Amino acid sequence: MEHVRPVPDGAPQEGAPSGGNDAARLAGLLGQAALGDQAAFAEFYDATSARAYGLALRVVRNPAHAEEVTQEAYLDAWRSSARYDAERGSAAGWLLTIVHRKAVDRVRSVEAATARDETWNRESAPIDHDQTSEAAHASLEATRVRNAVATLTDVQRQAVELTYFGGYTHTEVATMLDVPLGTAKTRIRDGLIRLRDLMGVAS
Amino acid sequence: MSDLHKLTGAYAVDALDDIERARFEQHLRECDDCRAEVAELRETAALLADAVATPPPAALRESVLAGVAQVRPLPPEVPVIAPAHRHAVEPAGRRRGWVPFLVAAALALIVGIGAAVTQPWASDDDVPRLTAAEQILQAPDAEHVSVDLGDAGRATVTRSKSADKAVITTEDMTAAPAGKAYELWFIDGDSFTSAGLMPDVADQTVVLEGAAGKAAAVGITVEPESGSTQPTSDPIAVFDLTQAT
Repeated sequence: MEHVRPVPDGAPQEGAPSGGNDAARLAGLLGQAALGDQAAFAEFYDATSARAYGLALRVVRNPAHAEEVTQEAYLDAWRSSARYDAERGSAAGWLLTIVHRKAVDRVRSVEAATARDETWNRESAPIDHDQTSEAAHASLEATRVRNAVATLTDVQRQAVELTYFGGYTHTEVATMLDVPLGTAKTRIRDGLIRLRDLMGVAS
Repeated sequence: MSDLHKLTGAYAVDALDDIERARFEQHLRECDDCRAEVAELRETAALLADAVATPPPAALRESVLAGVAQVRPLPPEVPVIAPAHRHAVEPAGRRRGWVPFLVAAALALIVGIGAAVTQPWASDDDVPRLTAAEQILQAPDAEHVSVDLGDAGRATVTRSKSADKAVITTEDMTAAPAGKAYELWFIDGDSFTSAGLMPDVADQTVVLEGAAGKAAAVGITVEPESGSTQPTSDPIAVFDLTQAT
């Protein structure tokens, strides 16, 4: 049941290239939500939920926990929709920041590190993007992201993926990758800056 | 400070521990460059979610929308009347920075009210009254244990077994991360008993809630701001009372 794909009536296809129009539409929907418009929020949900749930699932791994995290994040987004400021970033980015923070909080508190350490095996299970994309919704945007990630150095890519998808701290990542403490944080930053430039993210 | 700038990436992907995050958020309030970079890197990181997009179960849509129907959206943040020079720098970016200030102001107000109310009784008594904290700190059997929190400050727990109470005194303690609070615990073996939340003030003296006489240690953890009944993270500091002097 957890793998049933919902087909919302008339909902726009998610994962389409996020052009300026799409970003403006999502920002507009959040603006309406701030005025209490639940239908607008439902539309916002339909346009973003695969990314939100996919991210939560990737970080927390347990589908039931991923659903809880996603639900909490959407409720937060609804509650604080009036505080979203389009000048400071996209609506999808704003939502996914909330989702990510909640997902990371969840893995760090629930697992107290032991379970994750057991499942982590550096030799046999490197986190690579082919593996992570198995269940992913194929889309132009996803391909563009994966191509950009593929241009990172190994350490940059691992550092970004272990933190963003793994929910590990930069200190933990330094140990896992056996690099000096300061190196992990600079690799995360270098990696993200390279992705930012490749994908044309501007402030 | 230059070292802090390099934490933008780790901050953007939530890869800082609670103390580092609190320090960096303090820095962010004062560093326009870091704020701009964090915004871009968060936006970039969010694009990674495209690569793992997975349609959620249909039931999730129902529960989200049912939940939404029961929650009132918060009002927008309205500009706070602020000193002119702060306003001139960057009104939008500054607004967040006022929240801790307002919290501190509210706490000050509460303390102020408390003082005003207790004042009349004090004059009936010639003997200077000691506060609860002072009574513990000055108890004949007071024993102390200090922990250096590194960049996050320093804290000392003082316990009086005869009073069955303990008090914590902090110096230069970094504020808890946004949305979080420091919670105090009495620790006895594997058992943690909440001793209350710490106010978000760098230098403070707080009496721990509950009986302190038998505790083997006192711990501080970072918890959701409403507090937890059991710790949800590892302690950032443990005060071993068996070593207290």
